[in-house]
Amino acid sequence: MATSRPIAVSKSNIDEIIDEDSRLTKLIYSYLTSAVGWLIFGTFIGLFLGLKFVYPDLGNYPWLSFGRLRPIHTNVVFWGWSSLSMMALALYVVPRTSQRRLFNIQLSRQALYIINVSILLGVLSLLFGVNNGGQEYREFIWPVMWLFALGISANLLNFYNTVALRKTEEIYLSNWYIIAAFIWTFVVVVIAYLPFYQHSLGETVIQGYYMHMGVGMWFTPMVLGLTYYFLPKLLNKPIYSYSLGVLGFWTQMVFYSLIGAHHFVFSPVPWWLQTVAIVFSIGMFVTLFAGTGNFLLTMKGSFRTIKKSYSLPFILVGVIFYFLASGQGSLEALRSLNEIWHFTNYTVAHSHLTMYGFVAFLIWGGIYALLPRLTGKEPSHLLVGVHFWFALIGLLVYGFALMIGGTLQGKSWIEQQPFINSVELMSSFWLWRAIGGTFMFIAHIVFAVNIVKMKPVLSKEFETEKKIASEPI
Amino acid sequence: MKLDFHKNHRLLFNTVFWGFVILSIIIAVVPAYYVNDVTPTPGSKPMTFEEFQGLKVYVSEGCMYCHTQQVRPLESDKMFGRPSAPGDYAYLKPLDDLRMTPAVLGSERTGPDLSNIGNRQPSEAWHYMHLYNPRSVVKTSVMQAYPWMFEIKEDPLPDDYIVSLPPDDAPKNGKLVATEDAQHLVAYLLYLKQAPIKILGVKEIASTSSNKTGLNIGESIYKSNCASCHQQNGEGLTAVFPPLKNSSVVNSDNADEHIGIVLFGAKGRTIDGVKYTSEMPAQKENYSNEEITAVINYERTSWGNKGKEITAEDVKRIRERGK
Repeated sequence: MATSRPIAVSKSNIDEIIDEDSRLTKLIYSYLTSAVGWLIFGTFIGLFLGLKFVYPDLGNYPWLSFGRLRPIHTNVVFWGWSSLSMMALALYVVPRTSQRRLFNIQLSRQALYIINVSILLGVLSLLFGVNNGGQEYREFIWPVMWLFALGISANLLNFYNTVALRKTEEIYLSNWYIIAAFIWTFVVVVIAYLPFYQHSLGETVIQGYYMHMGVGMWFTPMVLGLTYYFLPKLLNKPIYSYSLGVLGFWTQMVFYSLIGAHHFVFSPVPWWLQTVAIVFSIGMFVTLFAGTGNFLLTMKGSFRTIKKSYSLPFILVGVIFYFLASGQGSLEALRSLNEIWHFTNYTVAHSHLTMYGFVAFLIWGGIYALLPRLTGKEPSHLLVGVHFWFALIGLLVYGFALMIGGTLQGKSWIEQQPFINSVELMSSFWLWRAIGGTFMFIAHIVFAVNIVKMKPVLSKEFETEKKIASEPI
Repeated sequence: MKLDFHKNHRLLFNTVFWGFVILSIIIAVVPAYYVNDVTPTPGSKPMTFEEFQGLKVYVSEGCMYCHTQQVRPLESDKMFGRPSAPGDYAYLKPLDDLRMTPAVLGSERTGPDLSNIGNRQPSEAWHYMHLYNPRSVVKTSVMQAYPWMFEIKEDPLPDDYIVSLPPDDAPKNGKLVATEDAQHLVAYLLYLKQAPIKILGVKEIASTSSNKTGLNIGESIYKSNCASCHQQNGEGLTAVFPPLKNSSVVNSDNADEHIGIVLFGAKGRTIDGVKYTSEMPAQKENYSNEEITAVINYERTSWGNKGKEITAEDVKRIRERGK
């Protein structure tokens, strides 16, 4: 059964093959192996942290303590897994849609080293209890984060020049999103790490901005840009509406930039800032409808193709979670709902629904679409299925456990019950969370196996053969 | 020049860059700059050296991932103290050259808020026990234990802090001694007291809010709901919560502004030359016209104020007129 299943789509003519550059394939694979390594490491830590809620005395050592491992989990899956895997896909998409070679392969190779070193240093410093001040996702101290920013800049330079020297007249929409994501992230990091306006509550204002933009101006536009390439490509038809994609792009930039303070609703940061954030959070529905509507309408009528493909189901799930989880984020900003959900485990569910259901699933869809065609080696279809279902079921169990538990937590506080009640009522939900997390972790192991299976053959004898075997998508 | 984003990469990415930079400055840098240097809440103190070292331990061990330090102006937060004011964070600064201002406000409340923990839980001994083994004092706690902040000594020195423990948790061979880190951390936790201390505690609020207190209804509502910010003596908190005593709004013959603020709230308003960033929450949903009349008249006749008293008709009129 597994072997008879066809690859999702036939190749399309929208863009020509430039050439088969085995150096690029090798580089993309290096990015992916680093990313997968960080995924396994980061989510193992995550699972361990989840178990601590069930067995609080698990690992009573400084290096295994909750407060030190939590930022390692978040930073590793952010900067290690998600960022590197997105960049791996961008290394293919940007040159391909610009119909030319990558501007400078060497530059991106060095960027990979720099980023890996920065994350490694960051993890070590966090283990030693040296963090930037407990600002979520900003825990890497500045020397580490500047190193990371250097890596990002190198790739920005590379992608920008690739697009600038493109052979097409128009800049394909994917490149709007991808290059903008790099530019925005660079700006965000610079603003977040300049100290001049960050004493007392100034830090909080910047933190609201940072923790929001770090996610939404980096991961969101990156995966949207990649999906604007992979989805139409896999379905072998153009995107439903290019203009909707452009609308989504500009509203993303204008609306999303203004809503960071919704992480501090009811806090002492200036009230007008919170109100602006709430208003534009609702405005984000425009972006959200533009994006998901566009993707879903593109998929309309092609569900047979989706069914037959092993990468498209990931993209379908990613798109659905983009809509649900981002919509959820906007609603959480409303004062009435924020009152129930803020500070509770509901927020933890939300961040996993976004970073996992939305971002990671779209990345997986992209990887399973690209890598087999690049290396000519297919993963076991059965194992891709295992990866898909374990990740999805794990996420749903995780998400629902914490959403229900979080709501009950919030209710308990509103009823002004003794605080400890809100801890005790969570115990069964935390157990379910750990179970869901275990499923997710198993999915990642399977994913790693699949990645190994798709390893390019790079010795000289096979080079020519590979070129023939690999098909562009 | 033709604005063709589709074909002109310079134009497109310049717009993307500068547009975002400008938006970021408006929404992040300027507001941050504006609250960068707030006046400390009157009565609050800067940290001592030990307390500051304790904050460093707090940051290193990631306490803020489970404990907030922001009391919201909500019923559910009353148990933690009065609503946090910008001035409560005035003494926070970068920890050292490597680390920035700590994010003590937090985003998750797996454990209780600590803004006022020094008042709510002032026992040093309790904190040591709790840090060494949280479950020895709170059975169902899921907090991380910090045994590495303690050492077991057979012969403790005279100035060692010896932690008293129930027999089951006590080490078999020797005494449990708090390390410097633990002592600093506890010093910091005890430093966390909301100023001024005179502010109504939760229990007092609860007791005055019932109708059995014998106070007139305006005074009762004021003391349970308004006094945590405007203070019992009507003097407010300098630069944070405006005083009602001698306020031009409260003493003016035309009470419309006063009624409007109580009904619909206020924010970013300048009163008697002082700009207040903290928000006055709207009360129109919480109280009837009669109750609001009572509170406003209490305010207009207390602490030496001589504002003209109002009737429920006035409140009704403003309520219908809207903001």
